[in-house]
Amino acid sequence: MKQSTIAAIATPAGEGGIGIVRISGPQAIRVADKVFSSASGKRLEQTKGYCALFGHVSFEEKTIDEAVALVFRAPRSYTGEDVVELSVHGGRYVQKQVLRAVLAAGATFAQGGEFTKRAFLNGKIDLSQAEAVAAIISASGEQALRAAVSAKSGKISECIESIKNSVLAAAASVAAYSDYPDEDEEFSGINTLSDRLSAAVCELDTLIKDYDNGRVIREGINTAIIGTPNVGKSTLMNYLSGHERSIVTEIAGTTRDTIEETVLLGDIKLNLCDTAGIRDTGDTVEKIGVDRAKQRIKTAELILAVFDASRELDPDDIKILESADPARTIVVLNKTDIKNLVTASDFDRFPLTVVSISAKNGKGGNEIKKAIENLININTISSEGVYLVSERQRECAVKAKRDLQEALDILQDGMTIDAVGTCIDDALATLMELTGQRVTVEVTDEVFKNFCVGK
Amino acid sequence: MRFSKISVSENKEDAQTMSFFAGSYDVVVIGAGHAGIEAALAAARMGCKTAIFTINMDWVGNMPCNPSIGGTAKGHLVREIDALGGEMGIAADKNTLQSRMLNLGKGPAVHSLRAQIDRREYSAYMKNVLENQENLYLCQAEITDLFFEDGNWQTVTKLKAQYSSKTVILATGTFLGGKIYVGDVSYEGGPDGTFAATELSKALYRLNIPIRRFKTGTPARVLKSSIDFTDLEVQQGDSEIVPFSYSTNPADLKNKVVCHISYTNDKTKEVILKNIHRSPMYSGQIEGVGPRYCPSLEDKIVRFADKQRHQLFIEPCGENTQEMYLQGMSSSLPLDVQIDFYKTIKGLENVKIMRNAYAIEYDCVDPTALKPSLEMKQHIGLYGAGQFNGSSGYEEAAAQGLVAGINAARQVLNREPMILARESSYIGTLIDDLVTKGCTDPYRMMTSRSEYRLVLRQDNADERLMELGYENGLVCREKYDSYLKRKAQKTQEIERLESTYIPPSEKLNELLVKMNTVKVNTGVKLADLIRRPQLNYEILADFDPNRPELSPQVCEKVEIEIKYSGYINRQLAAIAEAKRLEVKKLSPDQDYDAIPGLRLEAVEKLKKIKPASIGQASRISGVSPADISVLLIYLEKNRRL
Repeated sequence: MKQSTIAAIATPAGEGGIGIVRISGPQAIRVADKVFSSASGKRLEQTKGYCALFGHVSFEEKTIDEAVALVFRAPRSYTGEDVVELSVHGGRYVQKQVLRAVLAAGATFAQGGEFTKRAFLNGKIDLSQAEAVAAIISASGEQALRAAVSAKSGKISECIESIKNSVLAAAASVAAYSDYPDEDEEFSGINTLSDRLSAAVCELDTLIKDYDNGRVIREGINTAIIGTPNVGKSTLMNYLSGHERSIVTEIAGTTRDTIEETVLLGDIKLNLCDTAGIRDTGDTVEKIGVDRAKQRIKTAELILAVFDASRELDPDDIKILESADPARTIVVLNKTDIKNLVTASDFDRFPLTVVSISAKNGKGGNEIKKAIENLININTISSEGVYLVSERQRECAVKAKRDLQEALDILQDGMTIDAVGTCIDDALATLMELTGQRVTVEVTDEVFKNFCVGK
Repeated sequence: MRFSKISVSENKEDAQTMSFFAGSYDVVVIGAGHAGIEAALAAARMGCKTAIFTINMDWVGNMPCNPSIGGTAKGHLVREIDALGGEMGIAADKNTLQSRMLNLGKGPAVHSLRAQIDRREYSAYMKNVLENQENLYLCQAEITDLFFEDGNWQTVTKLKAQYSSKTVILATGTFLGGKIYVGDVSYEGGPDGTFAATELSKALYRLNIPIRRFKTGTPARVLKSSIDFTDLEVQQGDSEIVPFSYSTNPADLKNKVVCHISYTNDKTKEVILKNIHRSPMYSGQIEGVGPRYCPSLEDKIVRFADKQRHQLFIEPCGENTQEMYLQGMSSSLPLDVQIDFYKTIKGLENVKIMRNAYAIEYDCVDPTALKPSLEMKQHIGLYGAGQFNGSSGYEEAAAQGLVAGINAARQVLNREPMILARESSYIGTLIDDLVTKGCTDPYRMMTSRSEYRLVLRQDNADERLMELGYENGLVCREKYDSYLKRKAQKTQEIERLESTYIPPSEKLNELLVKMNTVKVNTGVKLADLIRRPQLNYEILADFDPNRPELSPQVCEKVEIEIKYSGYINRQLAAIAEAKRLEVKKLSPDQDYDAIPGLRLEAVEKLKKIKPASIGQASRISGVSPADISVLLIYLEKNRRL
């Protein structure tokens, strides 16, 4: 069985300046030579690794586009195989034409995650890096991308590796302590064991907490926009998402269902949900919407409670304020462009963050962003930091931490060292699974399930 | 006696020498050390016609190094040998001078038995067992040639007696190509002043067996009456001795001697460092690789330069001898330096050396040439055991000898080989390590070699292996029945303790407070009390009126299995997880070149080791987790095709 040569568009869909078609496999250079002609007349076959040639790509005798062909020679490439990357002008049509030419020249279409799978199988990247690639592909929001990039560049591996090494040292000291007979003074004991274990528990804890915070960044904050009817919830939604999504009219009760949208507010990803105005209503359909809105309030991680600055607060408004959870609610005082009958100070008796805006004029968007950042403590995650990138990784970290904590506890209790050792060994095995230094049957399939084509 | 065919050696001087047919056997064992003895006894006891050759009839089962058996992990090996029906445990018990259970404070996984042994008595005992064994022929001869002809192995002695056999077990120890080093003096020789086996290696080269050189060393034996024991620390044996063998009655064992402890000092260090250039190890004369875990004193002083002192144990070699063994003080320095540095040590100021310390270099096989059955991959019916396989230590040797003997016999009897998995025993771990990972220095067993220490305890060797021993016909009915009885008693008692609640009482709480553990207000399960680190089975006897009368061994097992159940279960889970890779079988004919994505180094290693499963493949050094993923995916693909 021979390894095939695969190709796919490696840049994300959408209009960009440059698009890359990547070819990888033993025939990569030969395939590329069939579609690419350099301006100098030099063939890619004659080119060394890490060299680029300028020229054009043609398909069925017709020139598709100008292109730069970058040659990587095995094993010094992303996949560890021969790789050619054809950079052509953006535009999905052009890229698809180039890909079609490449496939016609003998490459086969890359399955989802196949480039990364090959990189992993050729030992170019470890498992946590492979997972990070999956995270980059699906990353939206700059912080999420930075987290994924730091994992890809091996930082997360380094970090786990360093924790693993200290657990390994702990396991080794237990082993050595057991192997040297007690009558022998050659081995002076295991005094540093509990320090070592505590340090590892601490580091794992930080990783897990950062991940939990980071999840918010990656997956977005589930945000409900709530308020009494016609306070401008849909206008705020439209403003935040940058286009008209909710129908905005002056008739109270226009939004009768919840409307959802994912938006980026700078680095922060919000999974916005516009809800029906909350009021006691006799309209059956509207009532369903109100009930859904109330349900949303229960599950949302962030609530933007909107109030109309141009009129006095009514009993429905007060009801919302009284039941608001200060840990996840921001008061958005809207329509400040019309009138300021209500001001921030009117909310002093509620322990809530208040932001004054005009969604219609686009004023105050930055304040909302800041308020959100403060509320969910997003800045506690340093963008320089290292993050776990998947639930699998988190699960491993949690399990390893639990085992190490048990080791510490029973050591304290006076349990014998062999029992302590079993807990440390289990933690070590889990950490090695995390770094891919230990293979379990499921892990490979698990990881590659979530890849898209290209990477 | 009739003359048989002419064997033509490649060596011209020996050419055309006639050999004569001397007999036909099922199993021939070369070497009657700890490996050879177990191999020959197992084969003969399994009904095979067996011959065992020793280079010197007076050195059967000799202990050319320390006069002791057991120690950490090695004690486990002896218990396992006994459970499988080997001889070492019984022989050690019969000739024990002093016995100690080591590591009692560190938990049951690492409790290890070690006994000082009367080495001459041990040797005499073993020779006697061999002599009296049915189906077994013990013979003094140096084996000089080995080849395969007419469907059988042909073993030829120096005096040209040619023995034909279905199988051969190489258990040559340090005799094979043995060379002694003392300072700049070196000469061909075996251990303890014997002759080396100088010819056989050539035959092994002709068989394309990968031979290499290892070395080991031993300290001096000194005259007891020349030692001043006045200020030396005394080391007593245990008051209650636990025997190695499940067949030995503990009451038969008594401590007959004491050992002493002394230390090296600055002066010792000075003498050694001043003369280090005269060590053949440091001058580069010895090419063989020495054991990392059993270094010579000069090695220790160089490697652990900031260590103030090194401990030594002064151990009697026997009841009826003045010879004392200086454990920890092996050396290949010249004799004059040896005399000088030994005399710097407290108690040894006027010491008289009876036998000097020396290093010995010898030929052995790269064990990755062996299958887990200890049969050579390239040669059907040819087995290796003991130091020949690259291990070090009597116990490691005996363990392999037993397995090689059993498997040679099973081959003769047309039965599948007995393969011991890692999780079954230290023996299985030892062999798997050797044949899978190979070794770069003489392999010594340690508890840390096993991932499953809490499961592979010395107290439960019977539960792990006696079934197999019985099935092979090496464990007698009586021994087996007594094991079954112990096992039933244990299970019953654990069940009782897991279902018996005792009420809270002032007396109980008094005890709990005294033992630094929390009081109870409600009824409490006896098993839960035993699980508390501060308590044990024995201490709760007063609160447990229905406790049956049980032997100390059964009580020990009951306590361990209750107290450590959580941790034992952790390891059982790890074993189950590992097994999922072990059951993914690889064919010995697998074409690794044809698997895309494997790295070149991995392909080479896999071709050499021919692992039986993905699990074994994952333990080969040079095969990375990424390679294992490739193999897993490849197998999965093939399965789905």
